[in-house]
Amino acid sequence: MDSFHSYYPLPSRLSVSDLCDAIRRGSIKAEDYMASTLDRIRRVEEKVHAFITIVEESTLLERAREIDRRVRDGKGFLGALAGIPIAVKDLICTKGLRTTCGSRILEGYIPTYNATVIERLEEQGAIILGKTNMDEFAMGSSTEFSYFGPTRNPWDLSRVPGGSSGGSAAAVAALEAPMALGSDTGGSIRCPASFCSVVGLKPTYGLVSRFGLIAYANSLEQIGPMTRTVEDCALLFSHMVGRDPLDSTSVEPPKTVFFSKKDDAMDLVGLKVGIPKEFFGEGIQESVAKTVRKALEKLESLGAQCEETTIPSIQYALPAYYIIAMSEASSNLARYDGLRYGLRVPDRGYGWNTIFAENRRLGFGPEVKRRIILGTYALSAGYFDKYYLKAQKIRTILRMEFQRAFKRFDVLAGPSMPILPFKIGEKVGNPLEMYMCDVDTVPANLTGLPALSLPCGFRNGLPVGIQFMAQAFQEGLIFRVAYALEKSLDLREEPRL
Amino acid sequence: MAMAKAKKKERMTRVMRRDEEKGKDGEPEVIIGLEVHVQLTNLKTKLFCSCSTDYRGAEPNTHVCPICMGEPGTLPVVNEGAIEDAIMVALALGSSISRRTLFSRKNYFYPDMPKNFQISQYDKAGGVPFATGGSVSIGGGKKVRIRRIQIEEDPGRLVYEGTIDSSPYILVDYNRAGLPLIEIVTEPDMESPKEARMFLQNLRSILEHLGVFDESLQGAMRCDANISIKGGKRVEIKNISSFKDVERALSFEITRQKGLLSRGLRVGMETRHWDDLRRITVSLRVKEEEQDYRYFPEPDLVPITISEGLIAKVKACMPILPSERKRLFIDKYGIPPQTAEVLVGSKALADFFEECIKLKADPLPLANWLTGDLKALLNEMEIEIWESKVTPAHMAELVSLVKDGILSGKMAKEVLKEVVATGRMPRKIVEEKGLRAIASMESLKEIVERVFSENPEAVKDALRQEKAVHFLIGQVMKATKGSADPLMANEAVRRRLQEIASSVSA
Repeated sequence: MDSFHSYYPLPSRLSVSDLCDAIRRGSIKAEDYMASTLDRIRRVEEKVHAFITIVEESTLLERAREIDRRVRDGKGFLGALAGIPIAVKDLICTKGLRTTCGSRILEGYIPTYNATVIERLEEQGAIILGKTNMDEFAMGSSTEFSYFGPTRNPWDLSRVPGGSSGGSAAAVAALEAPMALGSDTGGSIRCPASFCSVVGLKPTYGLVSRFGLIAYANSLEQIGPMTRTVEDCALLFSHMVGRDPLDSTSVEPPKTVFFSKKDDAMDLVGLKVGIPKEFFGEGIQESVAKTVRKALEKLESLGAQCEETTIPSIQYALPAYYIIAMSEASSNLARYDGLRYGLRVPDRGYGWNTIFAENRRLGFGPEVKRRIILGTYALSAGYFDKYYLKAQKIRTILRMEFQRAFKRFDVLAGPSMPILPFKIGEKVGNPLEMYMCDVDTVPANLTGLPALSLPCGFRNGLPVGIQFMAQAFQEGLIFRVAYALEKSLDLREEPRL
Repeated sequence: MAMAKAKKKERMTRVMRRDEEKGKDGEPEVIIGLEVHVQLTNLKTKLFCSCSTDYRGAEPNTHVCPICMGEPGTLPVVNEGAIEDAIMVALALGSSISRRTLFSRKNYFYPDMPKNFQISQYDKAGGVPFATGGSVSIGGGKKVRIRRIQIEEDPGRLVYEGTIDSSPYILVDYNRAGLPLIEIVTEPDMESPKEARMFLQNLRSILEHLGVFDESLQGAMRCDANISIKGGKRVEIKNISSFKDVERALSFEITRQKGLLSRGLRVGMETRHWDDLRRITVSLRVKEEEQDYRYFPEPDLVPITISEGLIAKVKACMPILPSERKRLFIDKYGIPPQTAEVLVGSKALADFFEECIKLKADPLPLANWLTGDLKALLNEMEIEIWESKVTPAHMAELVSLVKDGILSGKMAKEVLKEVVATGRMPRKIVEEKGLRAIASMESLKEIVERVFSENPEAVKDALRQEKAVHFLIGQVMKATKGSADPLMANEAVRRRLQEIASSVSA
């Protein structure tokens, strides 16, 4: 294996699109690439802990060989992602492959079906590498709230990778996987993308089927791609979208969601970029603000016109988000009672309600319990109007304010996260401080708008991400802007592991 | 104008009827409201997944999939057939349909619910019921108003060993979980168990006529009843699975609650469970407040627009309703209104009636047989007509045997019992038993002769007084062992007396 590496220097650094071409041409064997990926995992996984479950090595290699056979024989369908390993956040159901949601209550849960997005990607030849670590039920911004222990930030192992899709971000950043799936309910893709210096997209609500995504807050979340480059992100994304008859909230993607490198990508002349001042509001670290402003200057140098604007209701987004998310979660997580699947404590002859309570008491971690209790409270008679309904009103107002902003601007930009990756354990004891991290990401979830986090620099060796938002179904535009900035920033750093 | 008048009249009849049932101080003694759950049995798949609804008799937990088992990550997709069914029901009950409908989650823990919430509809918390208003008439000019109609999923089935309060464990069968239901909630307009039964019976007939519901399927219509007796709080009875049991359960509750009140005890707010084996209600939970279901709009389903076009489409395919059918029976066959009402009270019975007519049965006597003797026999056996051995061919033949004078009414009753018991054809029974009505005047004349010669004194008296005439008719009937038509016997005796009288005077 080592000899292989010496003459095949880090194929894991290849972009997905280059890799696809190489495998299809036969210049790189899918099996070799898989072997090098597994080798990399063996070297760094112990330090990073990006995965909860990794598929059997023999299975992975066999799958890769099958792709190679098709390439060699020129027979059989070769999908657009043929032979590319993909790391999948452990709340996307994979048939026959354990899916835990980072929770003890689903520790041994093996889904009987594939999520739609898994079906689509496997059809294109992608190979599921394993299931990545996450905050339990996607509730968290640091991946510390995983029953399976925290994931570490590949750039600084003493720090968090962000969350909740911290495992996926860390796997991509640590070159353990060329691409990954995350899910974003309030920033769960963009936060770890920013902290780990990878590209992460929260798609327009409805573009990617949620069938098979274990729900945290249904009305807010989307599955999204996490990759090392914008081009890879757009490529992976293009094979995820599509109306799914199994998801009533899914929609057929218009052409505007797609991206092609050929769209004279470097030219941003005339692009109007709005900078909501709320994104640079209270609580933002100066180092983050500086790095993002520098990136914005770069954008201007490419011809874009940046202008400060205001979206006042962003100040209410965070509480509205948490009320809606927790309310939906309290109902979504009711099904985990141990009766049909998941953790089942010995029944000891008690009534069903005692057994349910025991399973839930032992199965859920403290953050999940906190959110279930808060959500239950918010939905209770007498409080519903005061909390849930009011939060929905804020949502409507926010949507209108963003609509208004997009009459003047093509895209909105700001920091993805107000802070740099923090130390493991630093915020665990202070939930409110942890919640505050999501201030810049939740508006996209409340409004359903697409948002992408792009690496835009480092401060003290720690990554900073810039966030772009656009109107619904304008992913293509976001990709174009991010691609241009990515090329122009030309960050080539790699974590030293 | 005419309609307003009719409405006013209707109201007045209602008020008058209410007066009869009111207590001394004018308040009704008993107030009953129902929540009826009806499986939309015409739909082949469940409400939110593609599992088959044909679960009866299947091995437990075989008609399930990740969706109806509420497995993590699954999402519901609405069966559009349920929407069309609900539109049809709403139109039939005269309810007004919400133009934009959405589903809500009703949150509570219970082992029969795979998700520990039920996807239902609601009129509060941002929700909209499918339809509101409307009514079902329960005879005598009285109507029970509908509060709302909504679509929801059926929970699974809990199986106890023995009774609910003594079972050492619960078995859960999720085959039923996710079946499409409509819930029909009434206003508390019923004032007796009998009215509740009438409501359910007429509602059932309407749903049967719409073709959305098959009454022959066990447990396809279930209801919860809310009952308050003057002086007590509202008590809810759950798990009533037939409309016969509704009457039983409510009667039991009235007796139980009146017993409590008469002993000076209070009747508090409570939920009780109907135990159909022991035919009693047992307490499930006592509480002063309503359970908090924490309703909120189901985020996995998008609101559905019910267009005028869709309503018009459904309306165009609406089958005949019991009320129209009753009018038809009255106008076309000359059936008296009350008999027609009984006939259309069950689609099976009304269909049966029309099948007999196709076999050339005489409508009026047929209707009387069906709503009279046959119904009584079936009630006695506690079976429905489709469960019995009686077919339209049986009844058509029976009616014609009577019409042709081969059977007297009395004999026919006996034959009907035999038919119901054995399923054999009436003519066969007649032949085997050697039954034959004294149908011709000729054969009757001989018997009259014999009776007259055996009772000369009575004949003499009969020429003078009516009483003796009746004695002679009775003797003739006795001699025929009831196989003569009483009217014919009457006529034969009188004719002979007249002959004697005229010969004497001559």
